[in-house]
Amino acid sequence: MKIIKDIGRYLLMLKSMFSRPENGKMYWKEFMRQCSDIGIGSLGIVCIISIFIGAVSTLQTAYQLVSPLIPPSTIAQIVRDTVILEFAPTLTCIVLAGVVGSKIASELGNMRVSEQIDALEIMGINTKSYLIMPKILAGLVTIPLLVMLAMVLGIWGGRVAGSMTGILTPEQFDTGLRQSFVQYNVFFALAKSYTFAFIIASIPAFYGYYVQGGALEIGKASTKAVVVSCILLLFADYVLSALLL
Amino acid sequence: MIEVKNIKKSFADKTVIQDVSAVMKAGQCNLIIGSSGSGKTVLMKCMVGLFEPDSGEIIYDKKDFITMSQEEKKDIRKEIGMLFQGSALFDSQTVEQNVMFPLDMFTKDSSAQKLKRVNEVLERVKIVDANKKFPSELSGGMKKRVALARAIVLNPKYLFCDEPNSGLDPQTSLVIDKLIQEITVEYNITTVINTHDMNSVMEIGNYILYMYQGNKEWEGSNREIIFSKNKRLNEFIFASDFLRDAKEMRMLEESGKMPENRNMDDMIK
Repeated sequence: MKIIKDIGRYLLMLKSMFSRPENGKMYWKEFMRQCSDIGIGSLGIVCIISIFIGAVSTLQTAYQLVSPLIPPSTIAQIVRDTVILEFAPTLTCIVLAGVVGSKIASELGNMRVSEQIDALEIMGINTKSYLIMPKILAGLVTIPLLVMLAMVLGIWGGRVAGSMTGILTPEQFDTGLRQSFVQYNVFFALAKSYTFAFIIASIPAFYGYYVQGGALEIGKASTKAVVVSCILLLFADYVLSALLL
Repeated sequence: MIEVKNIKKSFADKTVIQDVSAVMKAGQCNLIIGSSGSGKTVLMKCMVGLFEPDSGEIIYDKKDFITMSQEEKKDIRKEIGMLFQGSALFDSQTVEQNVMFPLDMFTKDSSAQKLKRVNEVLERVKIVDANKKFPSELSGGMKKRVALARAIVLNPKYLFCDEPNSGLDPQTSLVIDKLIQEITVEYNITTVINTHDMNSVMEIGNYILYMYQGNKEWEGSNREIIFSKNKRLNEFIFASDFLRDAKEMRMLEESGKMPENRNMDDMIK
């Protein structure tokens, strides 16, 4: 029954986010701060992960394609499609669920426990609107951008790894990259990244906002937020794949 | 003026406040006292709208806060300042940004005007050269004073203080009490203070509401409390031998029976 109650509270939280801002300028400032925290703050980890994932994809695909009948450029095709369809959106977002999700949950949890949220409420500010909405919007703006960057860097990482290990030349990689390219895959990846962005920002916000207790509960809420976000990401990944592919 | 009428509040099956009524006057320090779990914090949170009472009325200048629309509540809240037990300063903002926050949110003043107002209130609470410091760099007493500055920066009509002296040494507590009292009189604010601190009760309690197990047990002023015959109140207020002795001395003083040339050395002997 608790899960149904939680879903209800989550939906009510989302509903009550929509109200007229007390001061648009302050909301914009908060939105920009969140864009910087979520976007710029996660840039480093996203770059590192995507380069290595692309590189490993190239090496492992080459390892499995042993037939001399298959041209080396096929490796690039496989790397491109796996990176665009799965690795860039899903893996990046799972990492972001950990990095951004725990940050959002602990920030809001700390604000709740130290009565900062109460202080804002008493000032007459809609705290759901002021604290949660900018986080979700910032996630919706920056996470798809990070996913696109992860696509580019993942493919580039695969290209570099291919040429460094002598599996295929950069020219062969580029040829494979252009073969049978389906634009819809990019649309699919972006559709996934928008869905994931909403989950990554809203679920931890829910757990952080409603935390009760002290430091221990903040830690628990943060962990729970990451776990639930990851499960929902994988579930959404499956549903979207089944619906859109 | 704030009028609380027949407030009841329960959580699940537990009744925390049972039919409490009180009148908090403007320009006075109105204290809510009581042991832990007596319902004083819940009463205060009901008054500021953080909790919704099960029944009763909370009247701010003839308007019932509970039945107001959200927009009307927002308007009233702009006239409320609150000092929290843990200060509730925004960790990521400097002292200046913390105090400026309500001005940024609710006024259209220029940056220079806002900064002038911030410096005024910081000076009022005796915080100097700390504008660029973060809350983590401040002592407990300084945090409380910055929080007080933030609470009064919009010139509120109502000031709520939840245990303003908790975690502070007696001297700093006295400074905070004096500040709250001065500000209350200076701006004619209706101040409601939730406290355990007996020094505050004696020093600034113009009106005192004593709560016991969710009920109003006693009400009166700091002068009347000395002569109160209420057993529970006396047990709570004058819990130690030292405080009981102090009470007797104060009673003698108030009734004019204390010799003027009393010699403490003789009394100790």
